[in-house]
Amino acid sequence: MSTTIAPPAARHGIPPGLRAARRTATAATGESAIARWILIGIALAYLFLFLGLPLFVVFEEALKKGVGAYFTALRDAELLHALRLTLLVAGIAVPLNVVFGISAAWAITKGKVRGHALLVALADLPLAVSPVIAGLTFMLLFGMQGWFGPWLRAHDIQIAFTVTAVVLATIFVTLPFVARELIPLMEEQGVTEEEAAVTLGASGWQMFRRVTLPNIRWGLLYGVVLCNARAMGEFGAVSVVSGRIRGQTTTLPLHIEILYNEYDFTAAFAASSLLAMLAVVTLAAKHLLERSHHAARARLIQEQQEKQP
Amino acid sequence: MKILKTIARLTLALGFVAPIGGTAAAQQKVTLLNVSYDPTRELYKEINAAFAQEWKRRTGQDVEIKQSHGGSGAQARAVIDGLEADVVTLGLAYDIDEIAQRGKTLPADWQTKLPHNSTPFASTVAFVVRKGNPKGIKDWNDLIRPDVQVITANPKTSGGARWNYLGAWGYALQKNKGSEAAARDFVARLYKNVPVLDAGARGSTTTFVERGIGDVLIAWENEALLSVKQLGPDKFDIVIPSVSIRAEPPVAVNEVVAQKHGTSKVARAYLEFLYTDAAQAIAAKHYFRPTGPRSLAKYGDSFPKVPQFTIDQLFGGWAKAQKTHFADGGIFDQIYSTAGK
Amino acid sequence: MTPALPRRSATSARTTPRVRSVLPGVRLTLGFTLAYLLFLVIIPLSTLFVRTARLGWSGFLEAATSPRAIAAYKLSVGTSVTAAVVNGVFGLLVAWVLTRYRFTGKSIADALVDLPFALPTAVAGVALTTLYAQNGLIGALFAPHGIKIAFTPLGITVALTFIGLPFVVRSVQPVLETLPKEIEEVAATLGADRWQTFRRVILPALTPALVAGVSLSFARAIGEYGSVVFISGNMPGRTEIAPLLIMSKLEQYDYSGATAIAVVMLLLSAVILISAGLVQRRAARRAA
Repeated sequence: MSTTIAPPAARHGIPPGLRAARRTATAATGESAIARWILIGIALAYLFLFLGLPLFVVFEEALKKGVGAYFTALRDAELLHALRLTLLVAGIAVPLNVVFGISAAWAITKGKVRGHALLVALADLPLAVSPVIAGLTFMLLFGMQGWFGPWLRAHDIQIAFTVTAVVLATIFVTLPFVARELIPLMEEQGVTEEEAAVTLGASGWQMFRRVTLPNIRWGLLYGVVLCNARAMGEFGAVSVVSGRIRGQTTTLPLHIEILYNEYDFTAAFAASSLLAMLAVVTLAAKHLLERSHHAARARLIQEQQEKQP
Repeated sequence: MKILKTIARLTLALGFVAPIGGTAAAQQKVTLLNVSYDPTRELYKEINAAFAQEWKRRTGQDVEIKQSHGGSGAQARAVIDGLEADVVTLGLAYDIDEIAQRGKTLPADWQTKLPHNSTPFASTVAFVVRKGNPKGIKDWNDLIRPDVQVITANPKTSGGARWNYLGAWGYALQKNKGSEAAARDFVARLYKNVPVLDAGARGSTTTFVERGIGDVLIAWENEALLSVKQLGPDKFDIVIPSVSIRAEPPVAVNEVVAQKHGTSKVARAYLEFLYTDAAQAIAAKHYFRPTGPRSLAKYGDSFPKVPQFTIDQLFGGWAKAQKTHFADGGIFDQIYSTAGK
Repeated sequence: MTPALPRRSATSARTTPRVRSVLPGVRLTLGFTLAYLLFLVIIPLSTLFVRTARLGWSGFLEAATSPRAIAAYKLSVGTSVTAAVVNGVFGLLVAWVLTRYRFTGKSIADALVDLPFALPTAVAGVALTTLYAQNGLIGALFAPHGIKIAFTPLGITVALTFIGLPFVVRSVQPVLETLPKEIEEVAATLGADRWQTFRRVILPALTPALVAGVSLSFARAIGEYGSVVFISGNMPGRTEIAPLLIMSKLEQYDYSGATAIAVVMLLLSAVILISAGLVQRRAARRAA
């Protein structure tokens, strides 16, 4: 049995340098090969049944009329505009929610703020709201029958049925994701490391960058991936606030619905496959980040170990 | 202090508000927003191009028509909530009535402003059956046979499906010398044969066509013709019943908004253009029945003859029909609360 | 402020009124958090309650507790709970397999997990109905045995399972990844078999994340509309979910009636989320 124990710094990421040691440990802490393969089999079967097959259907329908029709559908100007708008909306909503997520998690877990259970619940609340209702709330605020609509109209400002409204609805729907990932993580980590850094004279920013960020990065990354995927795919809330003006406020999911309702199934599913691929790209980016980071971390540990003996 | 600062920062970040797309200042080019219902994109795309040409010829001005499509009710709600439509072209008059009543952006008597109840082109309710009509479905009364499964959408969530329901009701009413009880019984039996009530008309088409469920799909004639052409001419037939309802998708200028945009004139011209021979020909191409007498004479023969009743004749207008049949606790709900038991 | 207030800070509240921490930036982040929540959550959601209040108490009861509405809540809650539990079991398994084992196609499997987020719900609904209808790839397997999936509550559960899966996997995965392996090694040294180690050591550490994931999956499922309408069949009283009732109220321009049902559902899932938060915190305290 191996007695190799990871240095404290490597607790939250497993450098490849330690993988060999880990593998020997598997005999004691891992499952038998049979159990492992059964578990993998069940998990893969489940994923295949619930996720793989629907994805297959999307591509099958998209390619039903041939590859040519597929690419023709993807070159449509309105579709490309919808794609750009979706990326823009995600590009605004995700960073804002990242800032919010980090700041909420910081205030709640490190500040030991009073009533923090209430704050956590509030940050979760958007998840409890049906997307259509989420959209409706913004109509009740900015619509002509809403609280601020008439005032805004009198001042020649339009929010409802503009890209602004689409962004707002998307922020609302995806607001909890980053905070959700970070709060438990940072709570578990406590404050000792940061306090030590501050005591040693680190500035707030230094402490955040050198201590907090490395500790939370995987949770943060997951949060971003989730937030981004949901931001790009959101349909219900956006459909209420966008006004669906073609080539102006239709996001990709809205455009897909419109195509579908026009019996243009090929184009609808081609556009869907585009969204699915965007999700895969996000995931690939995450994997690359993780891998390059692991490599850097491994090098660092190796250097340290070489210095020490 | 810091809180205030962050609030200020936040509002700044969120404050990228867009100014209203006022076009009054632009002398050269004018933009109209046409808020329409679901499957009319191709139709209006063609009509818009034709109108832009015509308008340029007449006034020398360029006109761009932006389009918005969605479920008729959802689109009307958007207009009520302030979507700045210059014209609305929806699936049923009830939705425009609601804009008049709640949004107050167009007059209550909007339907009298243009010919034929402000309906430039109409349709009717027809049946789609499987190729060769294996169940021998010829008329409405075949739909209540116990061996027939009927596909139609939920009239509570789909405007288009309300026409289907009223078509069945009107048929039974006429057949039974105006007996409401008989009509109600007929409709209840019909909906007992419906295995899936999709939320929208497109959903029920998919259920019928792609899932292979049901023997007959009730649909607007133009949508029936379009879907058969797009989804499988060799797999389906269209059956026209002995009598049907005249489906009237009306149009109106959203006057308050158009005035604000300074587009009243061009908006009105746009809607009037829908009645011209050129536009009626385009509509006929997209399977809508023209309403102009000359276009009727020209294209009438390409549509099967079917005696049609209107919603005003049999139901006393949309407001009444909506309240009696589709409001919460209305006849449609009653049918289901008894069917469940 | 609230009964859920942690006891520790209550006792020390006297010395520092709101914040007690040597760490910088707490006031700034707190201010930002509060402002963000105020503008983007509290004010928008308050519109629902204000609009519902227009109905008056009796009007609210009538809209929110009609037999139709009650049947719809039951269906929505039942199918959402089932889906959340199924996801709890299989999501945990998937997360475990993805973090602990190495096999070919692992990155693809990992990427697949986010699919339900990325696909617009309507597309998911259509794709699932295509598969689970009687003439679909999967539906055809069950149809001969008299089991119908699409257009039954079973179909609704399938759709809700689909949309909720990522919540569980993505909640559990990071925790599983950072779980120090040494504990398991110690447990093994002390003679625990693998199953005991899992039940006594790993599962308690995962519980907070698992509870979070399952409750999120539930909350998301109960409000879901886009994908369910395609597969549910929408038969009043039988397969009519609560969000569909909201849509049919909206179709009658009955905003207040729609918000009344929305408020009931909001409270329902808020209760679930908050109690999940409490369970989580208790589990975390026990594990610490």
